[in-house]
Formats: sequence, C-alpha cells, structure tokens
Amino acid sequence: MEKTVNQRAWFLVIPVLILVAFSSIIPMMTVVNYSFQDTFGGNDFFWVGLEWYRELLHSERLWDAFGRQLLFSSIILLIEVPLGILVALSMPKKGITASICLVLMSLPLLIPYNVVGTIWQVFGRADIGLLGRALSDLGISYNYSQNAFDAWATVIAMDVWHWTSLVALLCYAGLRSIPNAYYQAAMIDQASRWSVFRFIELPKMRGVLMIAILLRFMDSFMIYTEPFVLTGGGPGNTTTFLSIDLVKMALGQFDLGPAAAFSLMYFLVILLISYVFYTVMITADKDEAQS
Amino acid sequence: MASITLENLAHSYHPNPGGDDDFALKAVNYTWEDGRAYALLGPSGCGKTTLLNIISGLLTPTHGRVLFADEDVTASSTAARNIAQVFQFPVVYDTMTVEQNLAFPLRNRRMEASYVAERVGRIAEMIGLQADLKKKARGLTSDLKQKISLGRGMVRDDVNAILFDEPLTVIDPHMKWELRTQLKSLHREFNHTMIYVTHDQTEALTFAEKVVVMHEGRVVQIGTPKELFETPAHSFVGYFIGSPGMNFVPVSVAGNKARLGDETIKLTHDYGNPNGDLKLGIRPEFISLTKGVGLPVRINRVQDVGRHKFINAALFDTEINIAVEEGFEIETDMTNVILDPDKVSIFCDDWRIDAQSAGKIDGGAT
Repeated sequence: MEKTVNQRAWFLVIPVLILVAFSSIIPMMTVVNYSFQDTFGGNDFFWVGLEWYRELLHSERLWDAFGRQLLFSSIILLIEVPLGILVALSMPKKGITASICLVLMSLPLLIPYNVVGTIWQVFGRADIGLLGRALSDLGISYNYSQNAFDAWATVIAMDVWHWTSLVALLCYAGLRSIPNAYYQAAMIDQASRWSVFRFIELPKMRGVLMIAILLRFMDSFMIYTEPFVLTGGGPGNTTTFLSIDLVKMALGQFDLGPAAAFSLMYFLVILLISYVFYTVMITADKDEAQS
Repeated sequence: MASITLENLAHSYHPNPGGDDDFALKAVNYTWEDGRAYALLGPSGCGKTTLLNIISGLLTPTHGRVLFADEDVTASSTAARNIAQVFQFPVVYDTMTVEQNLAFPLRNRRMEASYVAERVGRIAEMIGLQADLKKKARGLTSDLKQKISLGRGMVRDDVNAILFDEPLTVIDPHMKWELRTQLKSLHREFNHTMIYVTHDQTEALTFAEKVVVMHEGRVVQIGTPKELFETPAHSFVGYFIGSPGMNFVPVSVAGNKARLGDETIKLTHDYGNPNGDLKLGIRPEFISLTKGVGLPVRINRVQDVGRHKFINAALFDTEINIAVEEGFEIETDMTNVILDPDKVSIFCDDWRIDAQSAGKIDGGAT
C-alpha cells in the first residue's frame, strides 16, 4: 500500500511538544544551565564550566547525605518487602473480611505526606504523644529530636507504616492471580508450607515484587516531606537525606549553581540505579526462561 | 492400593443447602474396584470434578463417607490419602527443572535418592521428556508442561489411585492418542486404580473398562462402553454417547405394541401399561431405509462424513438421524424405515424401562 505523505500531520503533534517542553524540557534545561554558571545576584551569570560538579564530588557533606540516603533506602526495603509479603500472605482471600482488610491497608497510602510527618511528630513527642509518652512511662529514654538513633528509628517506623501497604497490596494482587490448581497440586504432592511459598507463591509474585521494589526504592531515595516535617533533618545532620540537603542548598543558602549540579547528579543516580536493577531483573528472567 | 467406596455421598457449595438444586453432587453410592480403569463422563458442570476432588480430599463432602478399603478417610487430608491427581491445566513448578518437578512428590515423601532417580528416569522415558530433564519447566510449551503434570501424577508407584481431571484438554490431537495409549499400558503394568474425568466420549470409551456417566450432579449409568451404547439407562446417556446420539420418538405403549403417530410396531418384550412421558429410543445405526416397507419418513438432508452417511429425516413430527454405510445409494423411492426390534428401547420419564421387569432401572445411582 502507498503511504500518504502529508506533512500537515506535524501540526497535530505540536500541542504535545509544547506541553512537554513547558512541563519537562525547559525547566530541566534551566537547571542544566544553572549548573554550569555562577551568579552574584542581579541576574548576572558567568560561565564556570564543571566547577560545581568538581566541588560537589569532593564535598563531604554530599557524600554523607548520599550514604545516609543509601542506608535509609536499604533498611526500609529490607523491612517493607518481607513484611509486605507476610501481610499479603496472611490477608483473607475472600469475603467481607478481605474487603475490610483492603480498605484498612489502603488508608495509610491515602494520607498526604506532610500529614504523615505531623502525625508521627505528635505521636512521638515525649510530653503528649501516645508513643513518646508510653515509652517514657515504661522507663525507656526516647527523644527523636535529640537522639540520632531515636530519630532514625522514628523515620524508619514512619516510612514502614506509610508504605508497607503498597508492597502488601501489590503482593496480594499477585497472590490472588495464582490458580487454585497450583495449591491443590501442592497438596497432592505433599509439599510443605515453605515449599508452597518457595516454589509457587514467590515465583508467581516475582513480577509484582519487582515493581514494588523499584517503586519503593525510587520513592524512598527521593524522600523529603515526611522526615522534613518530623525531624527537619536533625538532630544535627543525622537525618538529612539528599533531598533535604538539596533544598537547604538551593533555598536556604540560595546556591543555585551547586544546587543545580546536585539535582542533576541526584537525578542521574536514581535513573542509573533503577535502570541497572530493572535490566538485571529482566535479564535474569530471560536467562531462566531459556536455560 | 485399595478399593474406594462412596457411601451416600453428596456435596453442595452452598453453606446451607435447601432443595435438590443446591447440590452439585447428588447422592452417590458406588465402589470403585481396586486396580481398574474408570472414566467419569459428562458435560461441563455435571459434578465430575466435584466428585473427583472429594475422592482426593481437596473437598470435604456435605454428606456421606469415603472409604479406602474399609478405612473411613472422609476427614483425612489429601496427603494422608496418598492419591495422585492430574489437573486440566498444566501445573508445573516454574523455578524447577523438569527433573526436579518429576522428583518433587517423591522428595517430599523422603524417598531414597537412588529410587527417585530410577522413577524419574522411567517416567521421563514414558512421557518422552528425557532430553529435556535439565531444562527449566517454565520455558516449555503448554503441552510439554502438561506432560510434566501427568508425569508427576504417575511418578509414585504406591498411590491408592490416580485421578485425571480432563488431563488432555491442552494436548494436540495426535499426542492425545499417544498419551492415552501410554496411560493404558501404564495401567496394565502397575494396576493402579485410575479415574479419568472427561467430557469427550471417545476418550472415555477408549480409556476405561467401565464408564460412569454423570448428568446434573447425578450418576445416571455405570457400565461398559458396549452397555452404554446398546442399553442406555437414561435418555441422557443415549443422547450423549454416540455421534449423532440416539433418536427419541414420542410413543404410546401397550403390552408389546408401540404406537408412533398413525402406525403401530411390535416390540420384542411386554412392557405392560407404563404411565408417564414415553419415548422410543433407537440409535441411528439400527434404522434401515427401505422402499415402501415400514414407517414412512421424509428425508431432509444427507451428510457424508467419510465412513458413514448420516441421513436426517422426519418420522411423523420428529427429526431422526439414520446412519448408512458410505457405499449405500439413496434412491428417491426410499420413503420408509424399519427399526431393528432388538435394539429398540422404551424410556419412561427419561429412564429406560427394563423389558423383563417392566420397571425402572436406575443404573445403581440411588
């Protein structure tokens, strides 16, 4: 069949191009632009080349924040993924109780981030908070605004509370898609509970787990609002994660150049880790199917 | 190995079953003899799978008992019953190799490694998967996966029974024949009790020594393929077995005379004066087309299916099918049929009247 050549079709693409330009390309390029320049105010900029990048790569402050960020993401993944699977496995399969569970599980996901921060901030206060008061009445010294360990514990508990549901719901969906015949066959084959999990449930949840891990990694690596509301990055810098540090740099100190370079490196790191993770999982999947 | 007895077995998926309609499986009493091959035949939704799952212990029946030999196993777990079951759609353990899949039921029972290896090798040879033993199961096509399922069902040699739930649905037609033959030879070799659920009559009739026909949750007849063909106990059996099925013509009966439309034919037995909805049943194979002798028919159409021709005709107001050999010439003056009197059955309210006792027979279902 002859293809019709009609250049006017380009006009139809223009609205999308404009939208994308304003929503992503122009803001992004502005940041790129800032990252190579310096200013002393008054809208005067001059070219500094890779200066900011070089400086940041040697900055202890950035590496510390990066380390804290990696530690945080690893801890919450290590808690939320197994916990989410466990919750999904123990949720009822059908009936009214299943519906109630689903609603209860979704509730934390519906609460705005800064509200979550506020809830936990109040919850943990030693004078009026349920958690803080209970702990101090039990004779346990707990103060998330003074003690770094307590601050970390609270931030992690808050994230686990907020996001385990997501992992659990995804896994639950994966589990529900397993045909009953698999469980029946396992019964006939006299498989143990562990074997059922290891050889039926886990392999069938593989796809949704991949998505859950990817989502939780990206999200936790970018976390800002909740710890900012709860601890403000403190005590000291102990809970200052990358994005909190970035905001301090860009808005607190108004160092636009370094902050822009920081943003871009931040973005690339997330992109890189997610890409590597995804590729590794997909290749492993293919290899296994072929071998 | 043991015989399996079903005592007053019934099952309903409703929590509080009321009437008969709530029961997916209605009162069954039957003993499956040790070491025989049975087929459970019936259309989709007739309760075949329910019955199978009750035998294997995946379902607990609402009423009645299941006995293996003399032992009541109604409350026993599937594992305790030591039964193998193969499902309609392939169930394989994705992350395992073919070999691990086949060995899984044996390993779970802590069999010795040498025994496991020997059994797996043997089964792999039987299902033709020796070359694929080291492959991951998930990459295989669905008919290979189903072969793994079949293999896993047969890998244990000490099972009480092997149950097959329409296992060849996803298999290519030419493979079906081969696998079914292998199942039969396996049966001859090990003498396992085998129960094979299917809705395909050819499959049931070629596989089994005895066929159990189910209809709307009820066992309507249990018999050899020959019995089902020649003396169907229920009109459903007549209609379901054979292709095309048995012809049914409304009739009134008095003694050994049957009246169809305006004509009267003689029957071989005395049926007395049965009351109820009476039908005369005769298979297409036992009707012959004649020139002017017998009952008048009008031929509607002729279908040539190779070995046979099927003639669709109207006998009074009822459509009937007549089967003739392929060489048979149908001439324009063939306007009558003769029904082979030995092959005529009379059905009262869908149940066949046994000519000698002139009472209902119910195939042992109730």
